[in-house]
Amino acid sequence: MDAKQMDAIKPAQFPASADASPAKMAVKVACRDVNVHYGTKHALKGVGIDIRERQVTAFIGPSGCGKSTFLRCLNRMNDTVASARVTGSILLGGQDIYDPKIDVVQLRARVGMVFQKPNPFPKSIYENIVYGPRIHGLASTKAEFDEIVERSLRGAALWDEVKDRLNEPGTGLSGGQQQRLCIARAIAVSPEVILMDEPCSALDPIATAHVETLIDELRENFTIVIVTHNMQQAARVSQRTAFFHLGTLVEEDDTAAIFTNPRDERTQGYITGRYG
Amino acid sequence: MSLTLLFFVLLLLSATGFYMGRAAAVGASATTQRPLHSLSSFYGWYVLLWCGIPAMMVYVVWIALEGPIVELLVARTMPEAAATGNMGLALSEMRNIAAGITPPGAASAETLRAVEHYKWLSTIAGAALWVVALAAGVMGLAFARGRVSPELRARNSVERVLEIFFLIASVIAILTTIGILLSLIFETVAFFLQVSPIEFLFSTAWSPMLAIRPDQVGASGSFGAVPLFLGTMLIASIAMLTAVPIGLMTAVYMTEYAPKVVRAWGKPILEILAGIPTVVFGFFAALTVAPAIRDFGALIGLEIAAQSALAAGIVMGLMLIPFVSSLSDDVINAVPQSMRDGSYALGATKSETTMRVLLPAALPGIMASVILAFSKALGETMIVVMAAGIAANTTLNPLESVTTVTVNISALLTGEAEFDSPKTLAAFALGFVLFVVTLALNLVALKVVQRYREQYE
Amino acid sequence: MSDVTHSGGVGLPSRHIGDEAAKRLKRRYAAEARFKFFGMAALSAACLSLLVLLWTIVSEGYTAFQQTHIKIEVEFSPDNIAPAGTADRRRLMAGDYRAVLFEALDRKWSDVTDRDGQRLLEGLFGSGAEVQLRDMVVADPSLIGRKVEVWLLSHSDVDMFFKGHVGADEASGGRMAARQVAWIEALRAKGEIEKRFHGRFLTGADSRDPEMVGVLGGVMGSIFTLAICFLLAFPLGIMAAIYLEEYAPKNRFTEIVEININNLAAVPSVVFGLLGLAVFIAFFGMPRSTPLVGGFVLALMSLPTVIIAARAAIKAVPPSIREAALGIGASKMQMIFHHVLPLAMPGILTGTIITMSHALGETAPLLMIGMVAFITDVPGGALDAATVLPVQIFMWADNPERGFIEKTSAAIMVLLAFMLVMNAGAIWLRKRFERRW
Repeated sequence: MDAKQMDAIKPAQFPASADASPAKMAVKVACRDVNVHYGTKHALKGVGIDIRERQVTAFIGPSGCGKSTFLRCLNRMNDTVASARVTGSILLGGQDIYDPKIDVVQLRARVGMVFQKPNPFPKSIYENIVYGPRIHGLASTKAEFDEIVERSLRGAALWDEVKDRLNEPGTGLSGGQQQRLCIARAIAVSPEVILMDEPCSALDPIATAHVETLIDELRENFTIVIVTHNMQQAARVSQRTAFFHLGTLVEEDDTAAIFTNPRDERTQGYITGRYG
Repeated sequence: MSLTLLFFVLLLLSATGFYMGRAAAVGASATTQRPLHSLSSFYGWYVLLWCGIPAMMVYVVWIALEGPIVELLVARTMPEAAATGNMGLALSEMRNIAAGITPPGAASAETLRAVEHYKWLSTIAGAALWVVALAAGVMGLAFARGRVSPELRARNSVERVLEIFFLIASVIAILTTIGILLSLIFETVAFFLQVSPIEFLFSTAWSPMLAIRPDQVGASGSFGAVPLFLGTMLIASIAMLTAVPIGLMTAVYMTEYAPKVVRAWGKPILEILAGIPTVVFGFFAALTVAPAIRDFGALIGLEIAAQSALAAGIVMGLMLIPFVSSLSDDVINAVPQSMRDGSYALGATKSETTMRVLLPAALPGIMASVILAFSKALGETMIVVMAAGIAANTTLNPLESVTTVTVNISALLTGEAEFDSPKTLAAFALGFVLFVVTLALNLVALKVVQRYREQYE
Repeated sequence: MSDVTHSGGVGLPSRHIGDEAAKRLKRRYAAEARFKFFGMAALSAACLSLLVLLWTIVSEGYTAFQQTHIKIEVEFSPDNIAPAGTADRRRLMAGDYRAVLFEALDRKWSDVTDRDGQRLLEGLFGSGAEVQLRDMVVADPSLIGRKVEVWLLSHSDVDMFFKGHVGADEASGGRMAARQVAWIEALRAKGEIEKRFHGRFLTGADSRDPEMVGVLGGVMGSIFTLAICFLLAFPLGIMAAIYLEEYAPKNRFTEIVEININNLAAVPSVVFGLLGLAVFIAFFGMPRSTPLVGGFVLALMSLPTVIIAARAAIKAVPPSIREAALGIGASKMQMIFHHVLPLAMPGILTGTIITMSHALGETAPLLMIGMVAFITDVPGGALDAATVLPVQIFMWADNPERGFIEKTSAAIMVLLAFMLVMNAGAIWLRKRFERRW
């Protein structure tokens, strides 16, 4: 690959907050030999990866490569698909999340998720936020709920925009605001990990910028995994990047390394836009 | 019989027209050496329509109007009946004698004369119909046959006519509504000329049967419909209390919980339940449920009427379960999967997702289905006719026997009905109230459903 | 960001782990289990009520296809009927078959001589036995003057007792005298009383006596009524659906037609009865109580549903088919008749059959237009006074005599079987012609 091409896809600059080497952080989620079958289709083949604490890990790859499938394994959302079968081990803080002793409801409280299309509930903004804390019994008084709402909305950088209309329906917000509301809704439950499945693909560029900034801020308190097929986005927000292709994990490394010096030919082909 | 024969003769004439038209077109094309504009069969259809439509129109209009006109003519020859104001009765007697249903023995001389006159007029009318209808058909045929030429755009004309037929077919629904409205309003106004609307809407005394006793000519039964309205409301409410929780929970279970096998069996079972005729539910209510409820009441020391509102209401509720559940099933399914995903991803259990996200989101649709079910309950007839009885009690006690609007409509009209007695007209007034109320409920429900659909599109 | 402290964030123990969380979780799962139980209970309640209903009907009704007969020797003496060799049907019909029966009773129970006893003996047989004897002679006049052993229909009360639906005396629902019970037991011991197949129930019409009734009158009435209804509603429904789907401009008028159709589909059926009475019978003077009027009323009632089903089926035909047809120069009408309609037809038929099966069970509007008459002949056409099966059921259900409960239930079985056949046809059509685009 020539240098000109490289320049074209190289991110303007890597996030300044990348402290030390990203690879030094503690492992939050350890995955070994994860396989997923949908019926007879082998969708994910022997994936092993360590997801590190307080970092943004990006999954990239062409559509249908299994990145979303793998993401949905991390909080067992694949359980809702009747034909899906998951094997291998995924350890969250040392505990296998597919252990029968692990409760899926509890797991999902610890591993939150934000979806591709903003999906606020058809309720007020306030009710959207308190939904999670309420079902998990994290608060009981109005004051506590109020506090959670403010904290979460501030955390999602939405507070100033909506503080005067908390009782209006969440579906009335703009797309970007809706997605930040969904992020606020996820952090209101105080998860340890937040999974984001192409969170910006339905948003316009300005809203995308908002959400990306937010992701970078959230890294301070949460472990974040983001699926994206926008390589610039992966380069902008993540510290670690994993490249998936045809159901296998091809390569995983520091984001800087992946984009400047990929080891695998397929990775290089993808990031230089030879296929996608 | 000759009417049926004429019908087939007209059909035959039209068919002849088809072959004549087609042959003419082919012939004309051959002799003039010019190609036909349309396929040859369209020329056949062209002539057929020109022949058949006028003839059939004459036929149908004639049959519809012959009876009333002939009777009008006959009535003018019956001054005695007109003087006593019993024209309706006299005419029906006359009809029955003419048809040979009643022997002429006891009839008055005037009636017998009228019978002869009636028979004569009918014969004339029958013959005239043959002549006029055939003439219309033949004239149409000749005209269309004359117009056939290779340049005639037969296909366009035929398709135009078909299009008009289609339009007429879709207007029939409107005509039906107008027919319902007109017949109900007409008779209801006639009723309110004899009985005060205030009595009808606010009085609690209902005993329409008195009015048919011969010594009570005219109206003097009491027509306070309040007990009927209350009874209808009571039974419909009991039905809703049965159907809504069971139907809704069934829908929730089927959409969110049931494994494939249960769904595969549950759906058809609910469909069977939905397909059972109401007369069967009525029989079931009267034979099994009502006695069971009464026995149960006796067991715990409650006196329950043999035809209690409770029994009728519960069985009506059973009938409505599949209705509520299939409509709710649809609206719950229409809530986007992303709502479920969002809730599950926050660690909600299925019941929490259902109660706090799905049902609130589906609420408008569920409300609509409840309204529709309620409107169905108000209009349901056979179950209440067979299980609720006719006792017009002004009560809201479900253990007592009450009667409903529909029971009385059917009771007042079953048997020979004369259109000038307030008893018959009362049925139409009740029907009018029922129609207006259910129509309003349906409109509201349809509106709600429409808005709900738009929300997720 | 720094003022935000998340207990579940990095470095702090998650609030989702630990004893308290486990306790909360236990409560939530209890609620979950409760909710699921309510769901299963609701579905079970629905299924159970259907089962109880069907069980009630079948357990009451299945015996109606057999009727209790008593074997007795009768003599068709010419004195009571007509001289031997008479072939005139009317004279044969006019014979005194009651006397034939009574003489036979006297011979068989010659020991019973008191008036009460004779009346009780006569009470073992209803009018059915006489009709049976009459029909035998009409069918075969050579019987006159001969003695034959025949199985005669017993009275319905005997039948109910013998089948075990009721006990003997009034306390247990029966209407048998002690002496009658004794005779029946004696007959049973000799094998001269038994349940035999009762074809009349499937071939007869209404009657005052439960042992003589049959469903064919109602079935034929239903068939004629449905045929009229189908002949009107099916073509009109398709035509209206074609107009609304393929031709109607998007304007106020079309909108009104659509709203109107949707509303009409939800109007109570009894209102259609009022319409039929006021318009077809009172205004147009169509004959009361006939399948013709019944068919018209049911057609108006079914039309909106047929239109809705037909529109759905037509809408399901993909636009690409229409474009393909128009693209090779077909006229719009040719496109519809050659391509759209054939493809939509299975769907239209399925919807129509299901609508017809609902119309088959419809009762209330037919009461208004007088199809509730007592008619003892099987109707031969759409202009004969007739009743329909569900109305027949209604009339029998109204009859207080115990024997009618069995007949009503059996008639319901016939009605449900009729509907089952129609629905099976619809399912077969759907499966056979199912098409995925």
